[in-house]
Amino acid sequence: MALFSLTTFVIFHFGLHRTSLSGDLAAGVLWVTLLFAAMLGVNRLFVAEHEQGGFDAFLLAPVDRSALLVAKAAALFAYLVIVELVAVPAFFLLLAGPSPGQALPDLLWILLLADLGVAVVGTLTSALAIQTRARDLIGPLTALPLLIPVVIAGARATEPLLGANGAGAVPLKWAAILGLYDVVFALLSYAVFDFLLED
Amino acid sequence: MYGKGLRPLSLASAATLTAAFALVFFYAPNDADQGFVQKIFYVHVPMAIVALGGFVAAGLMAIAHLRSGDRRWDVRSYVAIHLSLILAIGVLVTGAIWAKASWGHWWVWDEPTLVSFLIIFLLYATYQPLRFSIENPERQARYASVFAITAGAFVPLNFIAVRLAQAYTHPRVLSTTGGNLPGSMRLTFLVALAGMALLYVTLWKYEMASKHASAQLRALRRKLAGEEPPLPAGRSAAPSLAAPAQPVP
Repeated sequence: MALFSLTTFVIFHFGLHRTSLSGDLAAGVLWVTLLFAAMLGVNRLFVAEHEQGGFDAFLLAPVDRSALLVAKAAALFAYLVIVELVAVPAFFLLLAGPSPGQALPDLLWILLLADLGVAVVGTLTSALAIQTRARDLIGPLTALPLLIPVVIAGARATEPLLGANGAGAVPLKWAAILGLYDVVFALLSYAVFDFLLED
Repeated sequence: MYGKGLRPLSLASAATLTAAFALVFFYAPNDADQGFVQKIFYVHVPMAIVALGGFVAAGLMAIAHLRSGDRRWDVRSYVAIHLSLILAIGVLVTGAIWAKASWGHWWVWDEPTLVSFLIIFLLYATYQPLRFSIENPERQARYASVFAITAGAFVPLNFIAVRLAQAYTHPRVLSTTGGNLPGSMRLTFLVALAGMALLYVTLWKYEMASKHASAQLRALRRKLAGEEPPLPAGRSAAPSLAAPAQPVP
């Protein structure tokens, strides 16, 4: 996934034909790359369980079913953080024009907030898609529209951070939308996840 | 069962829609800026509201399905989403026509209402492929319900995000301040909205009645042919009602 995001940055460099990006374009490139990298992880999330019978073993274990949701979302969250540990420095190195110094703390907490939403929604759609025949198609087709608000809010919130003349303040409205999204989908996934496991 | 009251309902929706169109063409005044083309508003906006309401209702029906385990709720939810999707296509088409006429472009990207409607449409367009790619009918129903609940909750959330983001082009017809419609336009709009909602309910009942009738027909055929297993109808995204054995009168 990290390698994928690096390659995507290179592709964006040639596709856009720019040596450095700033402002909304930079934010867009960063978020689109992270989203598609996340899709790779979402697609693979439950494959091992599906192919090796892990679901049956899990259902035999004396634990609550939502434990699997929490565990998988935490795993996906960890993946995303690791990817960003590579992708964000690479982004500033390769594409972003302004120096990352001031922007970094704000960028970090917005990325973590977005990762939470992506992890929860990704786990839910991955569990939804794993039992279908066309799971590589159904997963992203379901997850991408659901994640568009994350991209909108994330890109709008980080846009002033990547401005050409130094970082501006984070618009709190968009950060609040991200937080609301996280809360709503965490509760929703917790409520419906049980029904994806009964067999 | 579903056929009951179908005729008065059809008549009521036909009458309301006719009245709405009569009001649109003969009663409501032409818009001062946009002139005649503004009349598409009386089709576009009710259709959008009814489609979104249908999506949310389908989510509630899916909750009923998961809580009760009754497959009929899944069929109801499926039919609601199916009809809402058709209306949503209508909304996108009429919206594009109106946008071309009044803003000069078929599609305006910096307009959150359009974009979020498109997102919702794209999300629900996955519903039928999802159903189609799960063979086991019981699992298909359950997974489809989970999808319908998630997507149903996504609809209002998406529109909250839209309301928070300021929009300048798209008119806020039903704002909290009461909107800015003059009385005659408001009446026409409400009648058109009622007509569209009645049409939706009527179509929903028709499709349910048809599904119910074909399920009963299958059960009777099975009975006629002895206790042979039913012919495999082929894999399908559309759920069918599992018909209880009905005594032949």
